Amino acid sequence: MSMSKPRIKVPEKIKAGDVVEIKTLISHVMETGNRRDKDGKIIPRNIIHTFTATFEGKPVFKADMQAGISANPYLAFYVRVPASGNLEMTWVDDLGMKMVETVKLTVA
Amino acid sequence: MSYDEAGLDRRAWLLSAGAAAALTALLGLPAAGAAQDVSNGWQQEVDKLLGGAKPADGKLLVELPEIAENGNTVPFTISVDSPMTEHDHVKAIYVLSTGNPQAMISTFNFTPASGRAAVSGRLRLARTQDLVTVAALSDGRFLMGKRLVKVTIGGCGG
Repeated sequence: MSMSKPRIKVPEKIKAGDVVEIKTLISHVMETGNRRDKDGKIIPRNIIHTFTATFEGKPVFKADMQAGISANPYLAFYVRVPASGNLEMTWVDDLGMKMVETVKLTVA
Repeated sequence: MSYDEAGLDRRAWLLSAGAAAALTALLGLPAAGAAQDVSNGWQQEVDKLLGGAKPADGKLLVELPEIAENGNTVPFTISVDSPMTEHDHVKAIYVLSTGNPQAMISTFNFTPASGRAAVSGRLRLARTQDLVTVAALSDGRFLMGKRLVKVTIGGCGG
């Protein structure tokens, strides 16, 4: 497995209209494609190139990542929460592996 | 990590006179002692993003360590002071390296539903260099900033 279940942190208490920070962390080698193995052969690039987040189906945040992003990419971004709803997050890597996670943001 | 994979003792490596040359070779960078001005095409990429527009200063806040002990994981937070309304919001923030093998590090896209144009993450820096950030605003204007980061141990790969 080159991608493990991500860790996602969202605030517990949200008021309607709040802008809240979402923190995500996923395990991934983020192989740059610049390194060579013992035999001098280039190790093929494998990074999570795209991360997307939608709230109730509407785009909120997207990251197009290159080799300059560290292994096990941590990303924190913001979302405006007018009412309770689902935040869906997707990670896709060069091998076509895809991870989708949904968290409910509940307005108190 | 590459030190061990290369089967070399790290200390001997750091002490050896050829270490710097070997490291640049490992990174696939042109040799010569040019530490800062290795061209990775970042200026062309910035020009392409701006499309002839003159970027403004300010309102673009870049939080980075002044000295990064480990270039493999350098924490950053970038934010732009914006109301994030339909008519006035930040569309994208671009992060570019002036000293990595590859100039573009990441593009972050925002919408009014983001509520705040801010992002945090961790990046790789192969060497001491300037980090260039460009923000594209919904009205077609741009903001641009440059920050020097000193790197003690380069992140192999960048």
